[in-house]
Amino acid sequence: MTGVDLPVWAAWLVVALALSGAGFSLVGAIGLIRLRTFYERVHAPTLGATLGMTLIVAASILYFSVAEGRPVLRDLLIGLFLTVTTPVTLILLGRAATYRDRAEGNADAPPDP
Amino acid sequence: MSRFLPYPLLSLGLFATWLLLNAPVTPATAFLAALVGWLVPFVMPALRPETVRVRAPGVILRLAGHVLVDVVQSNIDVAKVILGLRRGTRRTGFVSIPLDLRSPYGLAVLSIILTATPGTLWIQYESNSGRLLLHVLDLTDGDGWVRRVKDRYERPLMEIFS
Repeated sequence: MTGVDLPVWAAWLVVALALSGAGFSLVGAIGLIRLRTFYERVHAPTLGATLGMTLIVAASILYFSVAEGRPVLRDLLIGLFLTVTTPVTLILLGRAATYRDRAEGNADAPPDP
Repeated sequence: MSRFLPYPLLSLGLFATWLLLNAPVTPATAFLAALVGWLVPFVMPALRPETVRVRAPGVILRLAGHVLVDVVQSNIDVAKVILGLRRGTRRTGFVSIPLDLRSPYGLAVLSIILTATPGTLWIQYESNSGRLLLHVLDLTDGDGWVRRVKDRYERPLMEIFS
């Protein structure tokens, strides 16, 4: 990783992309604390899994493409697999919470569809 | 599809994945990628997947564009809600949406779209009635959400997986 001289424009762009991606992920993490009910909270980490992930992947692609002097696109696969697999976890969590809330008869239990 | 190439889309995907992982492309990696793309799909019949027919490439591109815009927009909206920058009162709640889409692949793509959009969460889908229960973080207008999901996502998906 060390010893690679990036042109200044590329370095700035990589930093900007990586920091803004990290920023969105951070906001998602803050949301996990700040929002109150389970169903509200589940929305927050999606920020890191979508725009945050995309920006960081873009930074990584740009860095390695410039550093190696050829298009390095393998990081696109990270984005693809994250996008395809995140819904599985989130839907599973949502279903579990729904089942629990309905079984316990909680006030904020989801209505029947 | 054919006996020689049972799942062409899967073959293409594996081929592209292998090349991406092993870039830069040399004749050797290209040959191996072709071999993987050709042979691996032969294990798939054991899972008995339903055949998928994808059509209307123009619609796919337009849908992808809409999803891209919506994901970026809702990322910013949810970030505003979290950071307390959103003015006015916010209502959060559940929306029930009657779906006409029945293709399992179409529903899978719809679930990815709705989950990848911060602010909407797929809670429950009832396959008998075709009703989908969605949790929306910023539910200012419930009917708007029904129309948005049906017009923006469901109709193009029905064209693609018809």
